[in-house]
Amino acid sequence: MTGSMILTLTTFLPTVGALLIIALRVVGGASMASSASKSISLLTSLATLVVSLVALSQFDASKVGYQLVDSAPWFGGSSYKMGVDGLAISLVILTTALMPLCILQSMKSIEDRLAEYMIAFLLLETLMIGVFCAMDLILFYVFFEGGLIPMFLIIGVWGGKNKLYAAFKFFLYTLLGSLLLLAALIYMSIVAGTTDIPTLQEGINPQTGALLFPPEVQTWLWLAFFASFAVKLPMFPVHTWLPDAHVEAPTAGSVVLAAVLLKMGGYGFLRFSLPMFPEASQLFQPLMFALSVIAIVYASLVAFRQTDIKKLVAYSSVAHMGFVTLGIFSFNEAGIQGAIFQMISHGVISGALFFCVGVIYDRMHTREIAFYGGLVHRMPVYAALFMLFSMANVGLPGTSGFVGEILTMVGGFQASTWAAAGAALGVIFSAVYMLTLYRRTVFGEMTNEKLFDIKDVTAQEFFILGLLAIAALGLGVFPSIVFDLTKTSSMEVLRMIGQ
Amino acid sequence: MDFLADITNTLPETILVGFGLIGLLLGAIGGDRISGLLRLAAATALAVASAVAFMQFSRGEAITAFVSADLAPDGLYKATLFTLFAKSVTYALAAFALFMSGGALKSAQMERYEYPLLVTFGSFGAGMMLSANDLMTLYVGIETLSLSSYVLAAFRRDSIKSAEAGLKYFVLGALASGLLLYGSALVYGFSGGTGYATIAASSSSVGLIVGLVFVICGLAFKASAAPFHIWTPDVYEGAPSPVVAFFSTAPKIAAVGLLAHVLFTAFGPHFKSWQQIIAIISAASMLIGAFGALMQNSIKRILAYSSISNVGFALIGIAAGAETGAAAVLVYMTLYVIATLGMFGGVLALRRGGKAIDQISDLNGLVKSKPGMALGLLVLIFSVAGIPPAAGFWGKLQVFTAGIESGLLWLVLVGCLASVVSLGYYLRLVWAMFMKPAGEPLDKTDISVGATVAISTLLMFPVLTIVIQFLLDLAARAAGG
Repeated sequence: MTGSMILTLTTFLPTVGALLIIALRVVGGASMASSASKSISLLTSLATLVVSLVALSQFDASKVGYQLVDSAPWFGGSSYKMGVDGLAISLVILTTALMPLCILQSMKSIEDRLAEYMIAFLLLETLMIGVFCAMDLILFYVFFEGGLIPMFLIIGVWGGKNKLYAAFKFFLYTLLGSLLLLAALIYMSIVAGTTDIPTLQEGINPQTGALLFPPEVQTWLWLAFFASFAVKLPMFPVHTWLPDAHVEAPTAGSVVLAAVLLKMGGYGFLRFSLPMFPEASQLFQPLMFALSVIAIVYASLVAFRQTDIKKLVAYSSVAHMGFVTLGIFSFNEAGIQGAIFQMISHGVISGALFFCVGVIYDRMHTREIAFYGGLVHRMPVYAALFMLFSMANVGLPGTSGFVGEILTMVGGFQASTWAAAGAALGVIFSAVYMLTLYRRTVFGEMTNEKLFDIKDVTAQEFFILGLLAIAALGLGVFPSIVFDLTKTSSMEVLRMIGQ
Repeated sequence: MDFLADITNTLPETILVGFGLIGLLLGAIGGDRISGLLRLAAATALAVASAVAFMQFSRGEAITAFVSADLAPDGLYKATLFTLFAKSVTYALAAFALFMSGGALKSAQMERYEYPLLVTFGSFGAGMMLSANDLMTLYVGIETLSLSSYVLAAFRRDSIKSAEAGLKYFVLGALASGLLLYGSALVYGFSGGTGYATIAASSSSVGLIVGLVFVICGLAFKASAAPFHIWTPDVYEGAPSPVVAFFSTAPKIAAVGLLAHVLFTAFGPHFKSWQQIIAIISAASMLIGAFGALMQNSIKRILAYSSISNVGFALIGIAAGAETGAAAVLVYMTLYVIATLGMFGGVLALRRGGKAIDQISDLNGLVKSKPGMALGLLVLIFSVAGIPPAAGFWGKLQVFTAGIESGLLWLVLVGCLASVVSLGYYLRLVWAMFMKPAGEPLDKTDISVGATVAISTLLMFPVLTIVIQFLLDLAARAAGG
C-alpha cells in the first residue's frame, strides 16, 4: 500500500463500527446490542466526519488531478486505488456530514431491530464513500453495485406497508442498469488493457497516441453507462422506482437515497461519460436536454397531483435532478459548476425535507396531505423550518437552491435556448406544488381532531433541521465554498471533452 | 506397463477406491452402527485425496497412467493441471458435504453405512471421468458416478418421492448415457480411435461432428444444462436433502470441468464446430434457470433452477474457447460450488420438528431465530447471484470477460438479463429470511453445518474478495497446463 491512507480510513471506518456492533450482537444478544449500537454508530459516523474533514484540509483545491491517492495491487489489471478531486471530495463531505444526522434521527424513530439497522446503515456509508473515492473501474463497480444490498434491506425490513414491491423494484431496476455498465467496462478493460480511471479519462493509448475508443464504439459504451446512471439519477422515463422507494423507506433511508445515492448518477456522468466518451456525449446532447426538460416539467406536474407528502418530495427530486443533467450536458463552466452545486444543494434540501416529513410521520404515522392542516397553530417552530426548506426547494434567492438552478439554467441557455426556457417553466411549477403543499399542511384551520395535541419539534429534531437550515442558507449566501473546491475539476472535465 | 507406477500416479483415486472397498468390508461386519464413523473416515479420505491431487497440481506436470503401446499409446488416464485442479476442488467439496450431513442423515433415518461409501465411489467416478484421456475411461468414470448417484437419490427407501427421484434420474440418465455411447461410437468410427489425442488429430467430417453433438448432449445432461435439465428440479425435490447438497457441488464442478476438458482437448481443433452449440446451450440454461424458478415455492426446486442457471454462466467460459475461457470456467465453478455448499447445505440442513424444511415460507424470520445463519446465507445468496462485494461476482466478471474477449457479446448480454431475472427469486429468499415474521421455532443447527456455512461465508466475503488474485493465479496455471 502506497500513499496517503486517509481516504481508505474514511471509507472503512464505518465498516469497523458495523463489525463492532455485529460482534456485540453475537456476544451480548439483541437487547444489549441495540442500546450500544446507538452510541457506537453515532461515534463512528462522527469520527468518519472528522477524518473526512482532515482529508479535506489536506486537499489542495488549486491542483489539477487526483489527490490523496492510495493504491495497492489487487488482481489482474485492476488495483485498489483511491483518490479524490474537488468533485469527489465535496460529495464525500456531503455523505459524511449527513450520516450522523441520519443516525441521530433513526435512534428515535426506529424501534424494531435497531442494531441490525445501524449495521446496514454503516455498511451503506462505506459503500457510498467508496463510490466517490474509487479510481479504478472495477473498484468503482464493486462499491456502486454493493450499495444495493444494504439499501434493499433498509427499505425491505424497516419500510412501510408496500415495502416488498418498492424494495424489489429498486433492486431490479438499478441492477439491470448496472449490468449493462458492467458489460461496457469489461469491454473497456479488454480494449484499453487497464481499468485505471485517470488513464481512461485521457482516452488516448499511451503507446500509439491513438484514440482508445473510436466514436462509433463510444456511442455504444456511452449508452451502456447511460443505462446505469440514468436509472440511478433517475431520469425520465426510468424514474418510476424512485417514488416507490422513497415512500416506503424509513425517514433516514429516504434522506440517504435522495441526498447521496441519486448523486451517484450525476457523479457518474461527470466522471465517466463526459471525459471518457466526449464524442458520444456531444452526439447525445440533444437527447439529454430533451430528457432533462421532460423530467423537470413532467415531474413537477406529477408532483402537484400527489396526495402523499413523501411522494411529492420524491417527484420534486426527479425534477431537480433534471437541472443537474441539463447543467452537465451544457458543456460549459457555468453549467457544470451549477450541476455540481445543485447536487450538493439538493442533498441538503431534499434531505431536510424528508426529515421534515419524518417529524410529522413519527407523530401521526401517516403521510397523507389531506390528514394535516393548520400545523402552524401547534408547531410554530416546525412551520418556520419547513417554510425555509420549502422556499429553498423552490429556489428562492438567498438559499442554496437558487444558486444551483440559476447556474444550470445559465449554462443551459448558452447551449440551447429552448432547453433553458423549458427548465425555467419547471421553476414556476416547483413554486406551485411546494407552496400548495405548504398551505395545505401548515396553514388553515386545524380541523382534524387527531392533530389537536401534536407537539412541536423536540430539541433533537430542532438540532438536525437547524444544522441543515444553516447549510442551506450558508451555501446560498457563500456558494463559493463549493465553487472554489470544484472549479479545477470542472475545468478538467471541460478540457477532456475538448471545450 | 508398470502396475506399481500406475498406482502411485493415480494416488488420489487409489486412496478413494481403496477406502471404499475396505469400508464395504467393515460395513458388512459392523453394519449401520459404524455408519457415523465411516462417514467421518470417508470425509477424511476425500480430504486426503483432495490434498494429494493438489500436491500433484503444484508439481506442475501432467500425469499419465495406464499406457499400453498398441491399445492406448497416450494412456487411458491423464491428469492435466486443469483436471487436477478440478479434481482437488471436487474431492474437497465432497468431503465437506459428507462432514456436514450427520444431523440431516439422522433425522431422515438414513444413517446407513452405504451412504458414505456411495459418496466415496461417486467422487471416485467424478475423478476418473475428469482424468480420462480416452472416451472409454470417460464413460466408465461417468457411469461410476451416475450409478452411485441413482442409488443416492433413491436412498430413502420408505419415501415415494425419493424412489421416484431415483427412478426418474435413472431412466433419463440411462438415455443420456446411451446418447454419449452412441456419440463415442461415431467419433471412434470417423476418427479411428477413442484416445483424445487421436480424435484431436483427425480431420473434421460430418460423422465426427454428429458424434460430437451426441457426446455434448450426453455430457450436458450430466451437467444439467438446458435443454437437458428437465430431471434436475424433480430429482432435487425428491432426493434427500444431504444428497442434494452433494449433487449440487462435487459432481457439478466435475461435470462442467469434464465438458470443458473434453471439448478443449479432444475436440479442441474442432472449436468452430461446437462453439455455437455451447453458446446456445449456455443461453438457454441461463434463461430457463432464471425464469423457471420465479414461480416456485419449494426451496429445493429453486436451488435446482439456480444451479441450471449457473451452469449456463460457466458455459460462457467454455464457449469462449480454451485460451480465454479455461481459467474463467475454473474460477467461476470453484467460487460457485464453495458458495453453493454453504447455501444449499445451510438451507437444506434446517429442520423443524425433526423434518427438513421445504417451502420458502419455512425460512420466514430466520434472522430472528438464527441471526448468524441468516447473515451467512445472505452473503452466500448474493455470492451465487454474483453481486459484489461477494466473491461470486469475480466468477461472473471472469466469464463475462472471456465471453466479450472472444466476441460473444450477445451471450454476455443474455447473461446480464438472466442475472437480473434470477435476482427475482434470490431476493425472495432474502425477503423471507429478513422481512417476514418468524414462524415456528427451528431445531438446533449442527455444529458441523454451522462450521461449513461459516467457512464458506468467510471465504466468499471477505477473504476471496480481497485475495482473489490467488485463485486467479491457480486457475491460470491450471489452464496453462
